[in-house]
Amino acid sequence: MNRNEIVEGLKGGAVVALSSASFAVLFGAVAVDNGLNLPEVALMSATVYAGASQLVGIELFGQHVAAWLVVLSIFAVNFRHVLYSAALTRYLTHFSLGQKLLAFFVLIDPQFAETVRRAESGKTITLEWYLAFAATIYVPWLTFSIVGAAFGAMIGDPRVWAIDVLLPLYFLGIVVGFRRKPNFYPVVLASFIGSILGYQLVGSPWHVSIGAAFGVLVAALLPLSPPPGTKTAKAGHS
Amino acid sequence: MNFALDPATAWLIIAAAAATYLTRIGGYVLITRMSSIPPRLEAALNAVPAAVLTTLCAPAFFNGGLDIKIAMLVALVVSLKYPGLIMLAAGWATAMLCRHAFGL
Repeated sequence: MNRNEIVEGLKGGAVVALSSASFAVLFGAVAVDNGLNLPEVALMSATVYAGASQLVGIELFGQHVAAWLVVLSIFAVNFRHVLYSAALTRYLTHFSLGQKLLAFFVLIDPQFAETVRRAESGKTITLEWYLAFAATIYVPWLTFSIVGAAFGAMIGDPRVWAIDVLLPLYFLGIVVGFRRKPNFYPVVLASFIGSILGYQLVGSPWHVSIGAAFGVLVAALLPLSPPPGTKTAKAGHS
Repeated sequence: MNFALDPATAWLIIAAAAATYLTRIGGYVLITRMSSIPPRLEAALNAVPAAVLTTLCAPAFFNGGLDIKIAMLVALVVSLKYPGLIMLAAGWATAMLCRHAFGL
């Protein structure tokens, strides 16, 4: 047990937990509004554990859409996680199979972003850090979903305390942190345009997949320029 | 409030959870089946973090009011020099100022 790794994980996760607490409350409140009860809200936050897709599922649930269509929509919204687990595999090669299966269960957007950032700064991803970070987000996510379900109607407008800006700001900060990666500017520009087009023409949450596809495609088509130093490190893992 | 799980709803949630877990291990299963990763695929995978996270904040900027736009621009500038928590605080304070002092 490395105490330092755990402490760093707890600290990093706390920032995310704070940013997503309002989102969890919102989810709980909307879910009850759409016909779920408290244990169902808890079950969904505990097992699906993917904020945006949970809201999409709830939205469709409220409209009494066929069950398979609800599941398919959640699958589509979460499809980006296929890219996450593919990109993360190289940093988790020292985990056992059981540890990997657990690690992938909690692979949400900030978990992915922070793990990549930590690994790229030269640190080894330890199980202690990874799970401490995950638990610090998972437990409040579940708790605040339940709070939202129980007291949803009593919570006022999140705009008053500007809680609604925290998540976009958080993701913005992580994007800026990647600015020295190869192809950063063309990729971000393509994703930005793609997600806005997707948002306007197809609608949320499809803009995530469409925008990501734009950015990833641009990176794949640009001339290959292996950054010095990273190539050999990665070759060792693959 | 009714505190009993409705079986149909519970199964729907379990199915959604299984579909989500499938996406979370899918990339791992695919990538470990390849003996080597083609360079263009590697370039694409390297772009995943920036590409996906951009889509999570672009619509907020594009569709948000002037308050959100200013807050995100301030946070962007601050994040070039300062760590995440300071950036969050600066953006949050800007949004609060915009809303409560300037009525944006």
